[in-house]
Amino acid sequence: MAITLSDMAAERVRRFLDNRGSGIGVRLGVKTSGCSGMAYVMEFVDQLNEDDVVFDDKGVKVIIDEKSLVCLDGTELDYAREGLNEGFVFNNPNVKDQCGCGESFTV
Amino acid sequence: MAFLQIAEPGQSDAPHERRLAVGIDLGTTNSLVAAVRSGVAGTLPDEQGCCLLPSVVRYTSQGVIVGDEARAAASKDPHNTIASVKRLIGRGIEDVETLADRLPYEFVDTDSAVPRLRTVAGDVTPVEVSAEILKVLAKRAEATLGGPPTGVVITVPAYFDDAQRQASKDAAKLAGLHVFRLLNEPTAAAVAYGLDRGAEGVHAIYDLGGGTFDISILRLNKGVFEVLATGGDSALGGDDFDRAIAEWVLGQAGIGSEASPCHLRELMGRARVAKEVLSEQESADIEVTLPDGARWAGRIDRDTFNQLVDPLIRRTITACRRALRDAGVRPEDIEDVVMVGGSTRALRVREKVGEFFSTGPLVDIDPDKVVAIGAALQADVLAGNRPGGEMLLLDVIPLSLGIETMGGLVEKIVPRNTTIPVARAQEFTTFKDGQIAMAIHVVQGERELVADNRSLARFELRGIPPMVAGAARIRVTFSVDADGLLHVEAEELSQGVRASVEVKPSYGLTDEEITGMLKTSIEHAGEDMVARVLAEQRVEAARVIEALQAALTADGDELLDDEERQRIEQALVSLQATVETATDADEIRRATEELEKTCEFYVERRMNSNIRNAMAGHKVGEFE
Repeated sequence: MAITLSDMAAERVRRFLDNRGSGIGVRLGVKTSGCSGMAYVMEFVDQLNEDDVVFDDKGVKVIIDEKSLVCLDGTELDYAREGLNEGFVFNNPNVKDQCGCGESFTV
Repeated sequence: MAFLQIAEPGQSDAPHERRLAVGIDLGTTNSLVAAVRSGVAGTLPDEQGCCLLPSVVRYTSQGVIVGDEARAAASKDPHNTIASVKRLIGRGIEDVETLADRLPYEFVDTDSAVPRLRTVAGDVTPVEVSAEILKVLAKRAEATLGGPPTGVVITVPAYFDDAQRQASKDAAKLAGLHVFRLLNEPTAAAVAYGLDRGAEGVHAIYDLGGGTFDISILRLNKGVFEVLATGGDSALGGDDFDRAIAEWVLGQAGIGSEASPCHLRELMGRARVAKEVLSEQESADIEVTLPDGARWAGRIDRDTFNQLVDPLIRRTITACRRALRDAGVRPEDIEDVVMVGGSTRALRVREKVGEFFSTGPLVDIDPDKVVAIGAALQADVLAGNRPGGEMLLLDVIPLSLGIETMGGLVEKIVPRNTTIPVARAQEFTTFKDGQIAMAIHVVQGERELVADNRSLARFELRGIPPMVAGAARIRVTFSVDADGLLHVEAEELSQGVRASVEVKPSYGLTDEEITGMLKTSIEHAGEDMVARVLAEQRVEAARVIEALQAALTADGDELLDDEERQRIEQALVSLQATVETATDADEIRRATEELEKTCEFYVERRMNSNIRNAMAGHKVGEFE
């Protein structure tokens, strides 16, 4: 069981955390919504929950609840840029199908 | 591919439901768009990675060009290249005419109140030009954020009057943007520095842009921003720094008035570069082409530059002092000074401002971007992306609002520096018996007489039931919304008839004029009071004459013999003459008293006769 970060993603998360001035790490998760079943969640973390699993990669703490981990195991978080757009991208091996824009998916 | 941003805990949006909101700083020289992404506010760059969009629009037969390319063409094609349109927006023909000498554009002669500029692509209004700039920024936001913004916050100078605010909103509407609200620039700058989350205190926002200078004194009170006072100079900015350098160069190179506009434009460009270099280095080299084709090269050092700009900086400090006096605070009461506008990069400016307020000015956020960033933070809140983080911002009106009363006097209803939104009401009454309509004249300004103030709107309240003078009750309500737009309503209280007016863009006032109006109101305070007393006395005399004439018509023949009537009429005529010629209130008062004395016996007789009439046919017992 593991979640990894690309160099670029690690650096970005660190920078956003620094800018924010507080928070212990970044939470990745899934929730059931969106047009294709499930959607990714990315949030800053100020407080750990009981069912949280914490991964440490490249000096960044990635926090995931056990339920989400099932759908996200093996995911590499990347940061990409495309034209004017930039942001985080989930490279999730569990995905079977996703909606056109990639914001939601099914496992 | 979907790009995700990190959200605050518990606030990540469902897919496709993210509300995009941006803040736009629509500046005189440059414009910017900013948004909050992953909890961090930043300006959005164009494809070249450049955030500043020069507020220059060039009209060609092929289409419209906005930004750098348009600015570059300004010297080649001055008539079709519109820069600094912010100076024209919301202004009327009269205001523009005074500016026209300084602007290279061709104004179209029209009957409409809105000035139009002639270009190869047809005539355009300042609102349309501004809309072109907004369209480019909106497109940039859409491309960067991955969707059209649901709403925008646009910043305007605290000084903008109703017409200018309305025109800015119209420009946004024309560009297809939904305006959450307009935000005063200084307030946005304070928000960008997070002063709204800090301790309570008084802050100064020093905004020296390309062509304008604004100073605002804000007070943070219980998490609410209140603009205590604003001041500034609408014709002072970094361009004047450039001009000072350019004039220095002209002097050094021995060029006189033979320099063509093209040369001057080029020279101004070189001067700007030199100024920017001087913020980093001790000296700067300047090279220009002379009218005869030769080249001139020279070097300007920081001391020379400081000497050139010191008189300009002194003018800003004078405005600061005035604003502080208006706000009723001393320089040492100011907790923070926020620096806004590219010209505050000049080290001399920071030094002098720091000296005056005896505190180091805040310069951490790029002074060009700080207003846009504050607007983006506010837009994020208004879009509902930050529940609980509500921020209420209060502004003030720059000049008092009131209505005209009898005798050409102003009754102030909302005094200057009242925080908005605000609603104030006052009751008025009729002047004549049986008066069924009332003209409401809305004026803005500090002087006592209508003639010395600015007229905003006129409307009429009709359908007042006929009553004796002074019996009708008419409530006039002034409401100014959060964007600073005025709505006036008049209501007759017994029948409920009402009429109202929205103050629509007719023509605006420059901040210079506002400052001027304030200054004259102070200078003329004494004579204004005299004029007020005189006008009031005239109204009083007119009321007496009016009443006496009505009485004479009603029962003069019955109650007076010829000799008596003649005496009264003589006194009446003499008072009328005095009212017309007198320049002294006391004189009118004496004449009025004289008339009243002459008529005393008549008044007495009328009273007795009225009582007799009232009692006629009744028994004494009925009155017990």
